[in-house]
Amino acid sequence: MPIADADVTWVAEPKLGLFENLYLPVLTGGLVTTVGHLFKRKVTESYPEQEPTLPPNYRGVHRLNRDADGRVKCVACYMCATACPAHCIDIVAAPAPEAWQKDGREKYPETFVIDELRCIYCGMCEEACPVDAIELTTLYDLTGASREQMIFDKEKLLSVFDETTKRGTDPVRTRRGELSVASDAPPGQ
Amino acid sequence: MPEFNPLYTALVIAAVVAGIQGYCAYLILGERLVAAWVQDRFGPNRVGPFGLLQPVADGGKMFLKEDVIPSHVDKIFFVAAPMVSFATAMLAIAVVPFGGTVAPFVPQADVAGFVAESQRVGQGFGYAVQPGLDIGILFVFAVGSLAPYGVILAGWSSDNKYSLLGALRASAQIISYEIPLGLSVVGAALFAGTFNLEGIIAWQNSGGHSWLIFTQPLAFLLFLVSVFAECNRLPFDLPEAEQELVGGYHTEYSNSMKLGLMLLSEYAHMLTVSLVMSAVFFGGWGLFGLESLVTNPTAGALLKLAILIGKMSAFAAFFLLVRWTIPRFRFDQLMGLAWKVMIPLATLHLLGVLLVREYDLPLPVLTVISAGLFVAGGVWTLLRAGGNNNAPRRRPDLILPNVPAGVTYIAR
Repeated sequence: MPIADADVTWVAEPKLGLFENLYLPVLTGGLVTTVGHLFKRKVTESYPEQEPTLPPNYRGVHRLNRDADGRVKCVACYMCATACPAHCIDIVAAPAPEAWQKDGREKYPETFVIDELRCIYCGMCEEACPVDAIELTTLYDLTGASREQMIFDKEKLLSVFDETTKRGTDPVRTRRGELSVASDAPPGQ
Repeated sequence: MPEFNPLYTALVIAAVVAGIQGYCAYLILGERLVAAWVQDRFGPNRVGPFGLLQPVADGGKMFLKEDVIPSHVDKIFFVAAPMVSFATAMLAIAVVPFGGTVAPFVPQADVAGFVAESQRVGQGFGYAVQPGLDIGILFVFAVGSLAPYGVILAGWSSDNKYSLLGALRASAQIISYEIPLGLSVVGAALFAGTFNLEGIIAWQNSGGHSWLIFTQPLAFLLFLVSVFAECNRLPFDLPEAEQELVGGYHTEYSNSMKLGLMLLSEYAHMLTVSLVMSAVFFGGWGLFGLESLVTNPTAGALLKLAILIGKMSAFAAFFLLVRWTIPRFRFDQLMGLAWKVMIPLATLHLLGVLLVREYDLPLPVLTVISAGLFVAGGVWTLLRAGGNNNAPRRRPDLILPNVPAGVTYIAR
């Protein structure tokens, strides 16, 4: 459908006066702008020397959180593996050790493996987790010499927790109740 | 002028070639740095302190890269083109004096005094590859106009439409801008009475004369603009307009030393014209009498060299800055500027110079004429074009109804 004439606005170029027709004054103005930029603060970050300041909700490498006793917080409910659109989480659940059972822990992950190469870092696992056990950190410079190295198991993911909490850059993002919202009594009770 | 001495000449040639190439290498680094700074970036700063070893890395890369010659090119001319470019660029520097080589251009009382003065200078060191060449500027222009041959050879032998288009653009552009370039220095030669660069420098720094930029500002402006076109620098870099022509005439040259020579010759050309500009319009090694305060011959020569190189560097920096200021011209605008604006202005300016010279008018009159011509040119454009040079050719009220989309012209 053609555009209606009423909708068309014809824009005329501004008229050039003597000042503009002499070119040089206008070009001098342009040169002043150019020279001004020479001395402006540079926007480049010199990456290896200068680390970027990332927003706290940056989605980098995963970690498995520990509870107050230093045990893995995960209850092996498979919510993250189910939510994961890239199918990169593999969990094998097992009955929790006797000592944990009295704290209300029935299951725990015997193995918890994330394929970091397959992951798309969408953060769905973090959102799905009912006990705030899996979180994404601000670690962004993830490298490995082989594909096998990039498959993170439970110990590796727990070590990421230890490392990032020790550095202080990644505090535990969510903490609600003893075992997060899942352990809370339903509202009104 | 100094006696011809093969050893001295070889030394000067080595020094000039090495100096110009080293300067060009750092000019390319400067180009990249300025480009980065203007865009609020850091630029190359990794190799060596402040990135100062970057040219060494770049040069090493170019030498070590595989030298690819595409199978469809005309091999002889393809290989010859960078050599021609580089040779012509270096040849023009041969006559640029980096220090005094001839007897000063001042009247001598008698012939014996002149001979004695010439002999005194003749025993000194020749600060130019070809000292005291009387056709100085003409030689620079003659060799400079050989530069398109390298470009055309490259474009033609590449057997590639982009290369050919770039080469054709380059030749048309350089030939057009050579006319105002030549006309604008005639004024300088008329006053100095010689084409010898040293003579022109001497005229500006003696006898109460001032630099030619002050007496002939319009000539300098025309020269400057022509020089931008001669060097294929933005805003006149149409021969290698990436957006239209891939790489222009050097599209088929892989990133080996052949391309390196092409780029090097472009920058060497810039330096040559910067030196000529400094000599012709900015008094060469003169700096308001400062250079004559030093009496020690060696120190004096070094100071003159420093002043000349300082002026050249200022022009080089100006080249780099303008690149990021003025956008590229369209080709018809480029040709229009040369033929409709600069050649008439240069001719009128030459007329003004002739009048002042003929009737021995005071030099400030020439300054007024020069500036007046410039303003008159602006007024003329204003009156003739009705204030808008770029008015759309296709007026909306002239478009016929029921014209298919894309048709912009219908004969009536």
